[in-house]
Amino acid sequence: MSIYDQLLQFLIAGISIGSIYAVMGLGFMIVYSVTRVINFAQGEFAMLGGMLSTVFYAKGLPLSFSILCAVLITSAFGMFLHRTVIYPIRTAPVFTLVLATFGASIAIRGISLIIWGTDFRILPPFSKLGAMHLAGAMINIQAVWVIGTTLLMAIVLFLFFEYTVPGKAFRASSINALGASLMGIKTERMGAIAFGLAAGLGALAGAVVTPMMTTSSEIGLGLAIKGFISAIIGGLNRIEGIIVGGLALGILEAFGAGLIHSGFKDVIPLLIFLVVLNFRRGGLLGDPEAGKI
Amino acid sequence: MENVKRTRYASLALFMIIVIVIPFVVKSPYLITIGIFIGLYALISLGLSLLMGYAGQVSMGQSAFYGIGAYVSAILTMKCGVNPWLAMILAALFSTFMAGLLGMVVLRLEGHLLAVATLALCIVFYTIFAQWKSMTGGVDGMPGIPKLSIGGFTLTRDVHYYYLIWAFLTVILIFSFNVVDSRVGRALRSIHHFQGGSEMAAKSLGISPMKYKIQVFMLSAAYAGIAGSLYVHWLSLVTPSSFGFLTSIYPLIIVSLGGQGSLWGAIIGAAVFFIVAEAFRALVPILKPGTSGEYEILAWGLMIILVMQFLPRGLVSIPDILRGKGKTKG
Repeated sequence: MSIYDQLLQFLIAGISIGSIYAVMGLGFMIVYSVTRVINFAQGEFAMLGGMLSTVFYAKGLPLSFSILCAVLITSAFGMFLHRTVIYPIRTAPVFTLVLATFGASIAIRGISLIIWGTDFRILPPFSKLGAMHLAGAMINIQAVWVIGTTLLMAIVLFLFFEYTVPGKAFRASSINALGASLMGIKTERMGAIAFGLAAGLGALAGAVVTPMMTTSSEIGLGLAIKGFISAIIGGLNRIEGIIVGGLALGILEAFGAGLIHSGFKDVIPLLIFLVVLNFRRGGLLGDPEAGKI
Repeated sequence: MENVKRTRYASLALFMIIVIVIPFVVKSPYLITIGIFIGLYALISLGLSLLMGYAGQVSMGQSAFYGIGAYVSAILTMKCGVNPWLAMILAALFSTFMAGLLGMVVLRLEGHLLAVATLALCIVFYTIFAQWKSMTGGVDGMPGIPKLSIGGFTLTRDVHYYYLIWAFLTVILIFSFNVVDSRVGRALRSIHHFQGGSEMAAKSLGISPMKYKIQVFMLSAAYAGIAGSLYVHWLSLVTPSSFGFLTSIYPLIIVSLGGQGSLWGAIIGAAVFFIVAEAFRALVPILKPGTSGEYEILAWGLMIILVMQFLPRGLVSIPDILRGKGKTKG
């Protein structure tokens, strides 16, 4: 395999893991836009999506139906989390709310450990093809599923926000909650919708990536960190910014791991971003003012 | 002010009595190690409390300085044969120095970007500890780090370290009270809006917010560095897993649990944080045999949620709440 084929392989690995980071980042954005909360339980949604899919699949349900159930349950759970943890203290300082989401993240992991233990679990690949050759590089077909699903989610999200009435109501509440409520939008409900949506997206991402990377009770926090970084790099307010942020993080990680040393994969993108953040305070792609609160 | 001072000395005396008496009452060696962890995390949280409560800066990277203190101490004593006490001083100084350097870059950021940047410090240093095998021993770490000794008497037992760590904590607590009352403390309060200050107004009076932010960041790193050094000399072992992401998050939780802007809060928060978890660890197997650490994790999570919901100003606000209720009744 030539060096170019290897580079191509790293690139595709990077894009597929980066698209998961991007979906996590979108989850952060959705919740942040109406509640101003950085929700560190976002990674647990992906964990639940993956774990529940494996549980239903092991019970004998068809793969697609298992994933659908997992996504719906996680989405409902996201709304439940909002109702029980965030909603009662929605007027508290933001930092208090963020720590409460940390508490939720830790509690969910605890429950998952109690029920499912620490074992790694896996789903079968979505297509039987296995691997595909592209210009000499071997490509895992599941990576195509991951990238395709992410792209689809981003497009659906974009259309939802731009062209549907609930989506517009959602955006209105995020721009000006008081104004939106005066127009008859039930802004109180928007927080629950945001959590449900973010949880559903996270769960789907967690399920799609499971055949490729396995899942376990403890993957949530790591994914949340990566998603948080992607969202901040992207500027926390733009779908396209966060997608580019997540992909950049994934690609830099893959190249760092492949070309330098796998132990340094987490560090290389961070060092680059630390330098860049010093020049662009609003993230790499977002509005420079967005970093200010 | 006199009254405040008198209450403070009384609290300190009570605090010291409790700390001294505990090992006579609690005989279980395991509980003494919990006491050690409470002391170490209280030390890190005290620094973070100054940074958050007085300078208004969040740090998700305190584990980096805790780790620097630990590894500098370990490397100096193991590879260079330096006296452990000297190593501890050098470890604290190096940790402070690194915080000064990194603070100049990181503290220019605000809000979420500051959180990400400090989180990056945590991850970067964790990777250095785990990957620089020739220096740090990699993932397996370094065993056999020498114990501390005082005038020919080697501290070997856990209870020795319990007293040593809490003695350090007491001295640093008193020092921190003085910092808060000093020129630096007043300058910080003028910057931080939670304390009724304004960064703009402070700037116009010739106070440089950046300078004070970096100074407090360095101080918090010094505390964490000392804690790290004490930790490795007690355990005689250092591994990177002690300095991961959760090691950065626990002090954040402890400060919020105890109460931001209160130095006692850091210590009370650390004590409650560990004691509740231990209570769960002890009780759950009695009720449901065959279980282990999972319930402890669940307990931590639920505790954080409940405290944020019902005591957003932390445990130190309980007396105020009780007093407030008493007043309305009277």
